[in-house]
Amino acid sequence: MKIVTDMKQGVLLVRIEGEFDMHGADEFRRQVDNALDVSGVRNILLNLENVSFIDSSGLGVILGRYKRISLAGGQMMAAHVQPQVARILELSGLFRIIGLYDTETEALNRF
Amino acid sequence: MGMKNHLKMSFPSLGENVGIARITAASFAAQLDLTLSEIEDIKVAISEAVSNAVIHGYAQTSGQVEVTMNLYEDKLEFIVTDYGHGIADIDQARQPAYSSDPERMGLGFVFMESFMDQLEIESAVGQGTKVRLVKNFVSNSSH
Repeated sequence: MKIVTDMKQGVLLVRIEGEFDMHGADEFRRQVDNALDVSGVRNILLNLENVSFIDSSGLGVILGRYKRISLAGGQMMAAHVQPQVARILELSGLFRIIGLYDTETEALNRF
Repeated sequence: MGMKNHLKMSFPSLGENVGIARITAASFAAQLDLTLSEIEDIKVAISEAVSNAVIHGYAQTSGQVEVTMNLYEDKLEFIVTDYGHGIADIDQARQPAYSSDPERMGLGFVFMESFMDQLEIESAVGQGTKVRLVKNFVSNSSH
């Protein structure tokens, strides 16, 4: 799994590529926590366009980061969620706390 | 009810191997006329079972994980075995939101149960855990 972080309109943008399982989860946690520490921002946008698979390990670290930023009043959004990943987000209930949008621009306007 | 095909893999409890097991299971399932969503279901279930073996079965230790895949006339069977710590209370482990770690959602067994038609767990503390997952399908005589 490949993770690239960037800042856009004061939001931490996290672009992920690959299969989001326990192997990628540790790297996601490390990189996102580090970017949050360095930038001090409290909003996260996940671009999941190139995520073809997610399981409960991936959901767990997303939820962990959500808990961290929501304590500081931050929000989490996701853009370009593929159908098979959207299905897992729905089943887990995560879609109730993470806004899902078609594009990065659309999501960025909702923060 | 004869077995039509089978495959057995054994690998060390490394995170890298979860993806290999999942993709192998998807390839094994692909010999049938399943829908993409059925293949996805199998990938998630196998990923959860193997991740559990690596994360919980061999927590703080390491060992071998075995995955056996059996194709019958009307069902696919996957058996994931570890020889690690075992589960003291299986009923509790199967509850949604039960997790020994706050960074995890406790959805492993819930996903296995939702995405497969049968889930059986056998476990003994100090000996390991065996998870049996079955996906039924309508057998097509043209195959």
